[in-house]
Amino acid sequence: MKLETSAFLDKAKEALMETDKVQIRDFIGLFAPLARNAALGNFDKFDQLRDHVKQVKQHTLDNLDCYLGQFEQEAIENGNRVHFARDGDAMNEIVLSICQEHRAQRVIKGKSMVTEETALNDHLIRAGLEVTETDLGEYIIQQAGETPSHIVGPALHKTMPEIRQLFLDKHDLGPRELEGAPDLVAEARTMLRDHFLNADVGIVGSNALIAENGYSMLVTNEGNGDLCANLPPVLIICTTLDRVVPRAVDATAMLRMLVPSATSQAITCYTSFYSGPRRSNDPDGPMETHIVLLDNKRSDILDSNYREMLQCIRCGACLNHCPVYIGVGGHAYGSVYPGPMGSVLTPLLTSLAESHALPNACTTCGRCAEVCPANIPLPDLLRDLRRDESLQKLSPASWRFGTKFHAWLATHPWLYRTLTGLGIPLLHRLGRKRGAFRSLPMASAWTSHRDFPTPQGRTFFQQYKTADKQLDDR
Amino acid sequence: MSNEQSAHSSPEQPKRPQVALFVTCLADLFRPSVALDSIALLEQAGCDVDVPRLQTCCGQPGYNSGDYEATIPLARQFIEVFESADYVVIPSGSCAGMIKHHYPKLLQGEWRQRALDLAARTYELTCFLTSVAEMRRGTATPVELGRVTYHDSCAGLRELAIKEQPRKLLKELCHTDLVELEQTEVCCGFGGAFCAKMPELSTKMSTDKVDSAIATGAQIIAGGDLGCLMNIAGRARRMGHDIEVRHIAELLLGDRDGPGIGEGTG
Repeated sequence: MKLETSAFLDKAKEALMETDKVQIRDFIGLFAPLARNAALGNFDKFDQLRDHVKQVKQHTLDNLDCYLGQFEQEAIENGNRVHFARDGDAMNEIVLSICQEHRAQRVIKGKSMVTEETALNDHLIRAGLEVTETDLGEYIIQQAGETPSHIVGPALHKTMPEIRQLFLDKHDLGPRELEGAPDLVAEARTMLRDHFLNADVGIVGSNALIAENGYSMLVTNEGNGDLCANLPPVLIICTTLDRVVPRAVDATAMLRMLVPSATSQAITCYTSFYSGPRRSNDPDGPMETHIVLLDNKRSDILDSNYREMLQCIRCGACLNHCPVYIGVGGHAYGSVYPGPMGSVLTPLLTSLAESHALPNACTTCGRCAEVCPANIPLPDLLRDLRRDESLQKLSPASWRFGTKFHAWLATHPWLYRTLTGLGIPLLHRLGRKRGAFRSLPMASAWTSHRDFPTPQGRTFFQQYKTADKQLDDR
Repeated sequence: MSNEQSAHSSPEQPKRPQVALFVTCLADLFRPSVALDSIALLEQAGCDVDVPRLQTCCGQPGYNSGDYEATIPLARQFIEVFESADYVVIPSGSCAGMIKHHYPKLLQGEWRQRALDLAARTYELTCFLTSVAEMRRGTATPVELGRVTYHDSCAGLRELAIKEQPRKLLKELCHTDLVELEQTEVCCGFGGAFCAKMPELSTKMSTDKVDSAIATGAQIIAGGDLGCLMNIAGRARRMGHDIEVRHIAELLLGDRDGPGIGEGTG
């Protein structure tokens, strides 16, 4: 996906103008937290279990070489071929060469943010392959030529009438009504059926790689993941290094946090564990299976102060609870991963120079950290990124000078007192009648959209000094 | 300041809590009544209140902009000014959160220890008045407030678990019909420098907050953080609403003679 993070502010402003989309997002912002609360509000072990998940993740990351090695060995013993890809291009090349080796024409895909990250579809299509997304949301945005706006619900930004029109335009099925969601789902299902049956290669992602048995766990609701994994003769699992966990119980503990956080369900319709290719007495399954493990800067993150970001289990709860994400939607972020997790991850996967607007798209309200099932201190990481931004002089010089000057002045109390004692009463006299300024020369960002409340009068310390004097005089 | 004298009416108590008030820069500059009323409340609750002279700002502006280096001297200054007090009380959740949670992360070595020591004795105003020096109405007449809605500021809510404390005090000390905002735990869009860096987005959030406050039919929006309250009041004025916006310290004391935040005198 083309990185457009530097345009965050412009895209955010545009997004705020799209009234129908604002309504969808406001609904998500209202509904998703209520649903999550219904799923997890009464789960009294939430804090305990998320501490556990965090510890498991941290332990795994501390010993990642060991568990990756174990996973690779077990997976190979199960009959898989395991590939390591340093970056997105390497992953795309590995997948393409597997497809070419099998003279594949038709590829079907389950939902995978990793392949969004590497823009795998574009790569395969450029090489002449036909690639079909089979997750309903992914299918919709593929038809529309768009990118996901949410890591769990990629087409959450689409309205029902939009999807209806899209299907009427894209599916050559003659005149028909298409009234309501069931009709739309049924039509997508019909369209996808042939793709499932005729595919040469299936590609899916992974929610967890289990080191002790070499299995890959996949969580889905539509069943399309299993069709992609089992019907075509070749299966390719595309995922990243940080999905590995030591044991099967660790994967299921994570599952207990992932699903209610992601979709407010107790468990998804399908939780699948892929072991490897069809064995001699298996009635079905792929003949050949590959697991491609992408690094793409995860090793760098592992060695940095942002290691905790690798605990992320991609549930999307931080998006649903973030007022900035709800305000502007996923596309404004201009990268694959939006919302709080994306605002941390994107600068780390690309560069801070390109993406430093994102860590500023945060009010530090802390709601993301509150709901994070992996206990990632997202606001702290975002603040740390603003620190790097400041150290690398990427933020505007006026900001940097402003905060330095303010801090310097505030460490000189008497000078601070004198200056504020001069300025504040003046502001009071200018604005006391109306009580608020409609415009202020130095605060136009504030006064462009809201009044600036006038100071009440003299400063507290001016008044307090006077009160003391009166006491002394008595 | 009608309540000033009442503090000295019970000298026979064994030891009155010695409280140092951190006024906060916003109350110092924009709304001194918040600090004056906080002093009065603390004195009513049986405390001796001191306001250290060398205090300025807790350092949040620089800290949240990522300038940790510039914030460290401010944090040290704060610790030096306040560490001799039994308790530090702050009429702001975000400033109290800064001292309690962020100073210990920002500082190292001996300073970190001093920060932790001070953090344990630092309280947001409504927390202090419900846990350390408990505020009771006693025989005093309750303050008449009418319909009030309380805005939970994010730092207070999530860093200090301030939720019931202000509501409890409002119910205990005032006659009020307390109504809740829809999505009361969602940010008002202030976010310190955020509102200046991303004004359109901030405005969307502030508008939502004002809309939901108006929808409650409340006459008063109360809160514990002046940053949020100035933002909400400023947006409400621009939208043409004259809903009264006040800090909880003013309301608990019934100090409503002067204009609310963003209201004029004439």
